[in-house]
Amino acid sequence: MKPAGAPQALLPRQLWWLIAALLLVSAPHAARLPHWTTLLALALIAWRTHIARAQLRLPPKWMLMIIAAVAMGGTYLQYGRILGRDSGLALLVIMLCLKLLELAALRDAMVLVFLCYFLVVTNFLYSQEILTAVYMLGAVWVITAALIGLQMRGLHPAHREQMRGAAIMLLQALPLMCVLFMLFPRLSAPLWGLPQDARATATGLSDTMAPGTVSNLLLSDAVAFRVDFDGQMPPLNRLYWRGPVMWDFDGRTWSAVRGAAPARRELSAALTPVTYTVTIEPHARRWLFALDLPARAAPRALLTNDFQLLSQTPVTSRLRYSMTSYLSYRDDAEPTPNELRRALALPDDANPRAAELARTMRKAAADERAYARAVLNMFRNQNYYYTTTPPALDHDPVDEFLFSTRAGFCEHYASAFAVLMRAAGIPARIVTGYQGGEFNTIGNYLIVRQADAHAWVEIWLRDAGWTRIDPTGAVSPLRVEAGVAAALPQLELLPLLGANYAWLQQVRMTWDLMQNSWHQTVIGYAQDQQRSLMRRVGMQDTWATMVTLMSVAAAAIVGLLALLLLHRLNAKPADAALAAYMRFCARLARRGIARAPSEGPTAFGERACAARPDLAHAIRNISGIYVRLRYGSRAETQDAERLQRAVRDFRT
Amino acid sequence: MYAALRHSLAHWLFRLRGPESGRIVLVQRRVFILPSRYGIAYAGVLLLMLAGSANYNIALGFALTFLLTALGFNSLLYTYRNLAQLAVIGGRAQPVHAGGTAHFSLTIENPGAVTRYGIGIARDGVHLAYVDIPASNAVTIAIAVPALRRGVLLPGRLTLYTRYPLGLCYAWAYVEPKIHCLVYPKAEAGAPPLPPAANGTQHGAAPGPEQDDFSGLRAYHPGDAPRRIAWKAAARGGELLTKQFSGASASELWIDWAHTPQALGVEGRLSRLARWIVDAQASGQRFGLRLPGGSIALATGSAQRERCLEALALFEAAR
Repeated sequence: MKPAGAPQALLPRQLWWLIAALLLVSAPHAARLPHWTTLLALALIAWRTHIARAQLRLPPKWMLMIIAAVAMGGTYLQYGRILGRDSGLALLVIMLCLKLLELAALRDAMVLVFLCYFLVVTNFLYSQEILTAVYMLGAVWVITAALIGLQMRGLHPAHREQMRGAAIMLLQALPLMCVLFMLFPRLSAPLWGLPQDARATATGLSDTMAPGTVSNLLLSDAVAFRVDFDGQMPPLNRLYWRGPVMWDFDGRTWSAVRGAAPARRELSAALTPVTYTVTIEPHARRWLFALDLPARAAPRALLTNDFQLLSQTPVTSRLRYSMTSYLSYRDDAEPTPNELRRALALPDDANPRAAELARTMRKAAADERAYARAVLNMFRNQNYYYTTTPPALDHDPVDEFLFSTRAGFCEHYASAFAVLMRAAGIPARIVTGYQGGEFNTIGNYLIVRQADAHAWVEIWLRDAGWTRIDPTGAVSPLRVEAGVAAALPQLELLPLLGANYAWLQQVRMTWDLMQNSWHQTVIGYAQDQQRSLMRRVGMQDTWATMVTLMSVAAAAIVGLLALLLLHRLNAKPADAALAAYMRFCARLARRGIARAPSEGPTAFGERACAARPDLAHAIRNISGIYVRLRYGSRAETQDAERLQRAVRDFRT
Repeated sequence: MYAALRHSLAHWLFRLRGPESGRIVLVQRRVFILPSRYGIAYAGVLLLMLAGSANYNIALGFALTFLLTALGFNSLLYTYRNLAQLAVIGGRAQPVHAGGTAHFSLTIENPGAVTRYGIGIARDGVHLAYVDIPASNAVTIAIAVPALRRGVLLPGRLTLYTRYPLGLCYAWAYVEPKIHCLVYPKAEAGAPPLPPAANGTQHGAAPGPEQDDFSGLRAYHPGDAPRRIAWKAAARGGELLTKQFSGASASELWIDWAHTPQALGVEGRLSRLARWIVDAQASGQRFGLRLPGGSIALATGSAQRERCLEALALFEAAR
């Protein structure tokens, strides 16, 4: 059926398009791949470019095989596997560049184009942000233009035509894409297991806290989670987002308990309930964040004895959960002996001066409450500073902080305060999490960023139970009232957080709102959303209904497009003069005198006269009238009619 | 049996209806379309992307897969459109001798408002050329067909095909334009010389052309003797004309079927006659042709040659 012998060789312009498409689609991977892979890929592309420019032969197959084998070995050494996500990607990029080096015929070029499309998807494994989507749409545009170029057999480049054609075709594909996206039945579980390295990298808080862990997060503008409140949002200074709770201290580092026990008690007094929905970004850990104190566990999560909210599995994709919390509460259940022991434990030899200070101050204070107040007053009145760049602390960091450096971030204050409490016999634990957030006035939700990370202390008082004390607030009340950017000295302003120009704020809010909606409506669109969409339009949420609806809509869209495209095909040239002139050209063409696409009517007329002297008079007449009508200012009123008559009487 | 069935199925399916004259418009029912093997590979890649997106739950992976799916469907329409409504007009072909190559000129007209890129033309399953046809324009190409036997040669069924714009679909249309090319018998190589001409058949004398009665002017044909050209008329401007004279020219040559040996067979004898006709015209003699069942009167010039060779080409063609 298909004709044999059609030319298959690749034209130079087609090769340039392919190289451009390949570079564009693999550029975002450059940062994710090991350096040697990136360099090898670039070297292979440069080699192919050189071959094309200098018109050299392509390298022999065995040479490519050797390079492939080396790349495979290198990848195995790098990742310890071949078929993982990152290792597979590294190999795919190298193989694509090698394919470029054996690119001689149309067939190889088509394979390369398809693999470029595939490479676009691999980018989405790493990022599905709006900017990524826009960039990749551009890449798909270029790949499609390259594909169109492959089917153009003319020697002359038609770059604009390629780009235009690809743009129109992609735009026309959008409606059907939307229908398929919404209605194609989604799965609730993966088809096969996810490779080990498909997990999101751990970001944000960790399960240990040492000087520097929280202040490191301060520079991160990344969103930790977003919160929609049902009703009024409580004031910022009451928003303590509870995360990992740490009991164990080795003199320098606090660490959270592994395998925490589930909650076994109710709060004895709970007031001011707040309900809200959290959309948390993946952070590859189990904890979920909730306002102090969460009333009950979220679905598929567990509430521990110290009111940590833990997901059953690590949070590897964006997750949404609704919560109720009590901002005023009383948690006065007696700690178990084991808990008491751990809440009082201090390493024997660490921070001796702090222990000494605690004993002195405790003796001076009337009771536990007065003692805690005295410690906070000490922070407030004795030249302690709140800073993101505290001096480094070596041995006995609490001693050094309390007596010499006196400058620290929230983890320094929390740690020192907890140590002082324990040394005086008051059970204390560290709670890490986030404090405050930024209210998006455009979208009416709260954005909590990594920079809002915070650490505070809970002490157990006989008459009040576990009580939250935020020693940072004593040093820098602004931190709690207005957020971290407001609390810092001017010199330490953070790159984006600090800028408080109104318009910039507006732009940031809008941008975050766009990102949030993007995540909720596009990226988060899955089986549940699909089903609720079906129910909302009053249809059954079954597989069969969706497929039927999808097929009908797809057929309608393709049918409409067919009408649009094939209708324009029958359109005759609107202008009668052109039509008449076309008939004249067709008649001459039948006698072997065809008008070249670039030939003007006058030049063509002269050539035709030379070829057919017997018709010269008629040809000159018709060409003359046509040129007058088309381009001349001296067109006569009867010219149009004359042209029609002359063409009608024209016999070859 | 199977081949016959297949043949008639193809005829019914592809509406093959024999040679057609005039302007053949590729109306919509004449254009056929199927996915190409690249299209099938593309579908395979899309399935892979769909499975990957489902497994990793990549929303944008789904979006891209569906965008490319829609693009594939659209390319079906586009490829179809690239061929539909083109008009094919068969042109003339100069006669050739058997053993030569006939060149049929074929004009493809694009009446629409979009350029048609990458239109392939094939004959007998062999690709001949790719052409691009700008909007409201026409392209003429020559289709070379080997002329194996004398007689009337038709180009046969031609296939117009395209994979533009994405190469994922293959659209094609069959056209069989009713254009023909006369194939003269092959002029025999190493044939015996021309039979002797009868000088002055009627008058016995051999009057030079100068002595003949001037009988008029006719259009100049290549090969006319320079001294017969009406130079005065040419000097007044206009075309070259040749003076014609009544009466016999220098010699009168009858190229006669009966002069060729029967042993050569029909084709062999025709081949020898063809050689003689070519030689006779080249020598500028007046010559005529006698064939069983008809003859061509004495005349000179290339028109006479064509006339005689045509008679040979069509000799006993009815049988």
